[in-house]
Amino acid sequence: MSELTITLLRLGYLAALWLFVLVAIGVLRRDIYGTRVSTRATEHRGQRSRVTTSTAPSNGPEPRPRPSEARATRLVVTDGNLTGTTIPLGASAILIGRAAACTLVLDDDYASSRHARIFPQGDQWVVEDLGSTNGTFVGSERLVEPLVLAVGTPVRIGQSVLELQR
Amino acid sequence: MATVEPGTTRTGRARELGLLVGAVVLGMGAFAQVELAMNDTLPADFYLSTAGLIVLATALHLLVRRVAPFADQVILPVAVALNGIGLAMIHRLDLAEQASGRTSELAGKQLGITAVGVVAAAVVLVVLRDHRVLRKRAYLAMVLAIGLIVLPFVPGLGVANYGARIWISVAGFSLQPAELAKIALAIFFAGYLVTNRDTLALAGPRVLGVQLPRARDLGPLIVVWAVCLAILVLQRDLGTSLLIFGLFVAMLYVATERISWIAIGMVLFAGGAALAAKTFGHVAARFDVWLNPMDPAIYDRAPGGSYQLVQGLFGLASGGLFGTGWGQGHPDLVTFAESDFIIAALGEELGLTGLLGVLMLYVILVQRGFRTAIGVRDGFGKLLASGLAFVIAWQVFVVVGGITRVIPLTGLTTPFLAYGGSSLLANWIIVAILLRISDAARRPAPLPVRGGSAPVIHEASATPEEDADDEPDDAVPYPGPEPDTQATEVIR
Repeated sequence: MSELTITLLRLGYLAALWLFVLVAIGVLRRDIYGTRVSTRATEHRGQRSRVTTSTAPSNGPEPRPRPSEARATRLVVTDGNLTGTTIPLGASAILIGRAAACTLVLDDDYASSRHARIFPQGDQWVVEDLGSTNGTFVGSERLVEPLVLAVGTPVRIGQSVLELQR
Repeated sequence: MATVEPGTTRTGRARELGLLVGAVVLGMGAFAQVELAMNDTLPADFYLSTAGLIVLATALHLLVRRVAPFADQVILPVAVALNGIGLAMIHRLDLAEQASGRTSELAGKQLGITAVGVVAAAVVLVVLRDHRVLRKRAYLAMVLAIGLIVLPFVPGLGVANYGARIWISVAGFSLQPAELAKIALAIFFAGYLVTNRDTLALAGPRVLGVQLPRARDLGPLIVVWAVCLAILVLQRDLGTSLLIFGLFVAMLYVATERISWIAIGMVLFAGGAALAAKTFGHVAARFDVWLNPMDPAIYDRAPGGSYQLVQGLFGLASGGLFGTGWGQGHPDLVTFAESDFIIAALGEELGLTGLLGVLMLYVILVQRGFRTAIGVRDGFGKLLASGLAFVIAWQVFVVVGGITRVIPLTGLTTPFLAYGGSSLLANWIIVAILLRISDAARRPAPLPVRGGSAPVIHEASATPEEDADDEPDDAVPYPGPEPDTQATEVIR
């Protein structure tokens, strides 16, 4: 074989190796899976409300609408390590707990694996405790039976507090 | 305020197939260039080996399509590419040995072991339908790991080579059980840490802003440290003890996010290493070789001299930026070029450019492991995936660092490249476990986060069958194509 062929083969192999590496990286760049977290435009307000809710929970910046006139569109975690997480409400129920299968997975020793669920009934959303060890609290009452959840009512599960918002 | 919504998931199996074609081309292209450079023709068995590698890669790809359709699409091609490049280099060294009149048939053996490794990976993928069942067997894994590590001490079974008692010999095949033990240990550490990480992370005093663990929580770390030192002392194996200790400290850090564990681990290891260097001649010799390799007295020293390391460095130097080309250099001058020093051989023939390409393949492999750990939803899977990915990264660092004189040289194998049956087998099993965990990680969430909209699955052929085996209680069966059934499916 001529010197030129050998050189071309040698450099061609290196090019092929790097092409493989770059194609693999290209595949990885497009491989985005899992959940997508998109930050809303109201980033500043959101951060401020988080601070204020942790210091003075009763005095949040957003005025709470009266339960009767509101139709909830999302479930928001207002306290705990998932603070700020928003789950849009649709037609299906939301399961909350530590199990990986839950819609809202809490990393909290005080929550049961299937702790509670929030499901739609007609126009309203109902919260139900699924026999959890440490209980689900609406206001200061421990939940014993399914309860219609009004917008803005805090629900405490372990160390997290959730509420429905419009 | 952030919104969490499900992303669309592609199985990406077509991309995996495309990358696999590239991987096989890399392996066989190297093989062909070796033959053309050294013999000027392609031998008959070239086509046989090509067919063998294609069959192995295709079989594994089809199996992944069937049993782990959402598995990561880059892990398998990268493993095949590394394995193919390793095979080509081993074959090239065989030819050099044969040219100088010795018989050497390592490449054939390595191809056979590759087949065994691929079959083992297939078995793991088929048998292990959900990685979470391993969590229940964590303590069994510990017993298995300890059993494997002490196996070389069994009289009549254990063999001591080059001063290290880490091999066993069964029916003519020699095996390094510690390679398999590292997988079992990763499973045990993941199972142990996922249960105990809260006490390890949260209890204990804060000193100078660093959260220190409680004395009694240090127990396991001390035990593992002692076991590693015992291995070091009794088996004279620096590599394995470094591997196990590094694995444990890394997994502790992943589990607890406490820098203090890394600091404590490093202090303990530095102490152990200093002690070993003072007490054992062979460890002290490694330090000498590392610090003064060019000293003629150390270079010429009969056992434990720096000849091998220096030859490897000369090889890397003569490779330069673009290498000598496959089959054009003299990597066979380095002792153990096919196993411990295969990186030096590759650096000589592919140059810095090629060597960095190979290292990039490792980076991609390790990154996929850590990405899987981030994506998977259960803590055990996270720890296991990050532990296994770390093992690969750590081994590459220790080997390449040793050859390039960043750290003292220790006897660990380069994953997938180096000649050695147990290492190749273990790494294929690691790939299978990573594929299994990544399948769980990339599979669309059983319940859509945004109510009503089902996760979109692109390749319709990739719908997996229902798993009928004993899954843990909290595993929800895959919802199937109809979104209507999902809500009722989850709330039982």
